Amino acid sequence: MKKIPNNKAWWLVLPVFLLVAFSALIPLMTVVNYSVQDIFGPNSAYFVGIDWFRDVLRNEALQESLGRQIVFSSAVLLIEIPLGIGVALMMPTAGKRASLCLILLAIPLLIPWNVVGTIWQIFGRGDIGLFGRAMNEIGFDYNYTADTVDAWLTVLLMDVWHWTPLVALLCYSGLRAIPQAFYQAAEIDRASRWAIFRYIQLPRLKSVLVIAVLLRFMDSFMIYTEPFVLTGGGPGSSTTFLSQTLTTMAVGQFDIGRAAAFSLIYFLIVLLVSWLFFTAITYPDRDK
Amino acid sequence: MNQRKGFGIAFYILFLMLPIYWLLNMSFKTNQEILSSLTLWPKTFTLDNYAVIFTDPSWYSGYINSMIYVSINVVITLIVALPAAYAFSRYKFVGDKHLFFWLLSNRMAPPAVFLLPFFQLYSSIGLFDTHIAVALAHCLFNVPLAVWILEGFISGVPREYDEMAYIDGYSFPRFFIKIFIPMIRSGIGVSAFFAFMFSWVELLLARTLTSVDAQPIGAIMTRTVGASGIDWGVLAAAGVLTIIPGLLVVWFVRNHVATGFALGRV
Repeated sequence: MKKIPNNKAWWLVLPVFLLVAFSALIPLMTVVNYSVQDIFGPNSAYFVGIDWFRDVLRNEALQESLGRQIVFSSAVLLIEIPLGIGVALMMPTAGKRASLCLILLAIPLLIPWNVVGTIWQIFGRGDIGLFGRAMNEIGFDYNYTADTVDAWLTVLLMDVWHWTPLVALLCYSGLRAIPQAFYQAAEIDRASRWAIFRYIQLPRLKSVLVIAVLLRFMDSFMIYTEPFVLTGGGPGSSTTFLSQTLTTMAVGQFDIGRAAAFSLIYFLIVLLVSWLFFTAITYPDRDK
Repeated sequence: MNQRKGFGIAFYILFLMLPIYWLLNMSFKTNQEILSSLTLWPKTFTLDNYAVIFTDPSWYSGYINSMIYVSINVVITLIVALPAAYAFSRYKFVGDKHLFFWLLSNRMAPPAVFLLPFFQLYSSIGLFDTHIAVALAHCLFNVPLAVWILEGFISGVPREYDEMAYIDGYSFPRFFIKIFIPMIRSGIGVSAFFAFMFSWVELLLARTLTSVDAQPIGAIMTRTVGASGIDWGVLAAAGVLTIIPGLLVVWFVRNHVATGFALGRV
């Protein structure tokens, strides 16, 4: 649709701008302010320039948690996006069964994040949890509180359980919006199942996939509550992700300057990667 | 082919439901039974865990608090996002593209970044421990998403409708409320669902901005980790109860899902 040039439209955007600016710009300025100062108390702080940033970039614990975060988010995207598309393709297309599937699918999304962690904490226990006990019964020596691989497996499985439904719901609605005529044309052309998916369904899913990929990237990169409740970052620091390292620094050690510098670097990483995803996926649309 | 599909989806739903089943199962057990052995259904069926929550104000007030701030958040989100999404969809104005991406970028700010400044900001204007503070804070990530979703829907409505209403003598606000909003109601339903969902499950900000009066249920649940160990039964019952409001919301928007979530862009 061609848009009409009209600068008065700013009035319509103004409420959003003010609201988000209040919640975002003031805190962001505060963070920037902290990040260049060393703070001893309410009235004693002195300017340190970019020392904190240099410090943070050299910090090994942070580099490690960034590495873990990248591995985790990549794994989440690689598993959840294809699985979500697959689930959406398998879902019934209409009727009561479709409604039931949708409602059941939405349940994991509606559970507060700390409760999700709590559920899996019990579910995975080797003595009283169904999953942990089952794993042990079939011969795996499974213990997510002591073994790094098991802890990772559990955190990943929990995230896949929790968030794949979001991808599936988005893809499902994208699929439902494809006009029947496309399928009829494919049938006349005797297109294979794969050809239908590749040339009809996948291109039509693109706009919802942009949202799914971006939401899953942002949220998995900022994940905090669930692994914290489940493993507390352990065993050792094997499941300590970026947000947890940051929170420990800011709240636990009250190391505000360093935490603020860390926050800004963190924010820029998410921003940059999201922007790359966003432009990469929407790029072909530009020419139209 | 269809049989295989049905089998696949059934298997997936089973995987989704197992942890939920386990939570439900635990909520009807006594603590003694939970900790002593693994039983697939409660041997001594009890409703005591639920009774604890429904009779203790410090428990059930958490649900009320959560529902209050989530409702405020959904209302604010829709009220400010609708006109903005209309503007982004219909008009070209100075800085529109930059503004749109800047809005999205706020969805990307790690909550941990904002914890301390938020606490200071809301304390300094006297909103600490109020429902409105949490509702406003959650707008940070809900409003951009709502604008994004609604913009897609509004772009799906041809501009001829706007022009026809103008010719028929409708004022803009009247046109917007009487004609436009009903046309994009599935979009509004979907935005409301997303706003509800993300606000209902978010805990880090909600817990930071509240202490007693507006404490969300999620924060109250962490209290059960006391000196006497964890009260698993009550915790499980509380967990089951957090799912119910969400289920009601999904029930109401389920018919919009097929037409709705596709965001009008497909």
